[in-house]
Amino acid sequence: MLVHSRKGKWTAWVLFLVLFLPLFALPLLVILAASFATNWSSVLPSGFTTGHYDAATRGEALQALTTSLVTALTASLLAMAVGTWAALAASGLKRRQRRFLDALFVLPVAVPSVVVGLAILVAFSKPPLLLNGTRSIVILAHAVLVTAFAYQSVSAAIARLDPAYEQAAASLGARPSYVLWRVKLPLLLPSLTAAGGLCFALSMGELSATMMLYPPDWTPLPVLIYAATDRGALFAGSALAVVLMTATLIALLAVSRVRSKASYR
Amino acid sequence: MSSGIRFDSVTVAYDGNVVLDALDLTVEPGEVMALLGPSGSGKTTALRAVAGFVRPVSGRVYLGERDVTELPPHRRGIGMVVQQYALFPHMRVEDNVAFGLKARKVAKSEIRARVAEALEMTGMAAYARRHPRELSGGQQQRVAIARALAIRPGVLLLDEPLSALDAQLRSGMLAELARLHRELPDVSILYVTHDQVEALTLADRIAVMDRARLQDCGTPHQLYRAPRTEFTASFVGNANLLPVTVGEGGVSFGGREVEVGTAGIACGAQATLCVRPHLVGLGSGPNQLAGTVDEIQWRGATHRLYVDVDGHRLMADLRELKAPPAHGDAVTLHFAPEDAVLLPAGGGHD
Repeated sequence: MLVHSRKGKWTAWVLFLVLFLPLFALPLLVILAASFATNWSSVLPSGFTTGHYDAATRGEALQALTTSLVTALTASLLAMAVGTWAALAASGLKRRQRRFLDALFVLPVAVPSVVVGLAILVAFSKPPLLLNGTRSIVILAHAVLVTAFAYQSVSAAIARLDPAYEQAAASLGARPSYVLWRVKLPLLLPSLTAAGGLCFALSMGELSATMMLYPPDWTPLPVLIYAATDRGALFAGSALAVVLMTATLIALLAVSRVRSKASYR
Repeated sequence: MSSGIRFDSVTVAYDGNVVLDALDLTVEPGEVMALLGPSGSGKTTALRAVAGFVRPVSGRVYLGERDVTELPPHRRGIGMVVQQYALFPHMRVEDNVAFGLKARKVAKSEIRARVAEALEMTGMAAYARRHPRELSGGQQQRVAIARALAIRPGVLLLDEPLSALDAQLRSGMLAELARLHRELPDVSILYVTHDQVEALTLADRIAVMDRARLQDCGTPHQLYRAPRTEFTASFVGNANLLPVTVGEGGVSFGGREVEVGTAGIACGAQATLCVRPHLVGLGSGPNQLAGTVDEIQWRGATHRLYVDVDGHRLMADLRELKAPPAHGDAVTLHFAPEDAVLLPAGGGHD
């Protein structure tokens, strides 16, 4: 550790808690408290109820959660497939071409997601590719937004991969596709699952592009939360938010279990 | 399958920077050839050109009669072992060894037999179910060799295979490699190393490389006893190199007449006299040279003397002395005429 003295360590901890608690932990605790309340006019919320959760885990809300999960899963799988493929292809390119590809994949992150949403809306509102009003346009938009992260994480992992493995495999007579499936991808697996988890979490929380694109029968949970707070139902919205948070955390925990099983170093 | 390797004027360059300059070299079927040289001498590049990981800008590489210059690595049928082993960390030892056979779609029953055979040969049969991370460096090295041998290559490439091991393990592995080669007499081995002991111990012939060029090539005995260049003389074993002028039936070194064979070098020419430190004796004898002791090192069984003779530093390795001289003492060194070799001046340093 950087700080050695006992007093210094204590100071560092106090500083950390003072900065961390109000910024990161407290707002989340407030939401948790609000989700059980019917009234919040004094310092603490009052009127304890679990009614918001009853509403948040059935009917429209349950369907929104399923929609979010399906969207996030499909979008991150798509993004991982495209991002990994692109990153593998980029690693074989010359420096300048690779820079160009890097820049291309950073675009969806650099451009505000509202703009990405609008662009997709405009682009796919006319035949021959008429996707407006379908579920797939939401999934497509999410995939476009998170592919950048998939590409970047996988690129970084490939750059760290020792070329000696690939060369040893080739010298043993393995054709490039065999090397990819039996050596490179298994060695990249821990990074791939980490990148997939990140994509999933980002997609679960996506709102701004989704708002412009979602059809009535495909309402993801963040849209429902936004609608609830918009009409003043803060406590119901908080319960929905806690459900969203919990679902995402459970999914990420599951992914991290896969990851620790897959890592061998 | 015996094949041998032939480099036909192979040149490799990166961005116009020549790292291997027109290498001509033949490794006979069943021969162990060591590529010996300092780092940056082009020896590893030569090995990688055989493996197919670098592409020559000109020249051809042959395995047996086959021109493999244009072939991708996986179609060359060579076994290769690198310094860091590159065992696949996600596979067990047996799967590592089976990898090349599975990639070639060898029948399952045969794979099992050949994996067992390769592990048996390298003494790793008991470790088949382990993962590489559970093995020591020496064991990983054996697995890497077993993996390369399992595909029954005609040519085995070893790239500094022992340099990650400590000194004691290294001499054990040297003996192992020599035994393996006796068991597989048809396999040609190209052995890249910067360690002259490894090269002298294992190789049938040594190719000495420096600055992208082949400097010298011969049996260990030839290179040690009668090096052709100053570089070979100093890189293969230690050597005292003295500038001399060739005269009738001998040479002169700083005005002293020294008796040595002058075959092939014209009278009056400048040349370099090469004497191995362990062939230099203390006291009077033929070819006496007087000087003062610069430094003396006790090395257990021997004393190493550094003696200043007219501004030239001579090394002498002597059996442990009962009464060693001290720094600044005047001493006389001598060597037998037949123990010295005369090299053309500046040979190898063009």
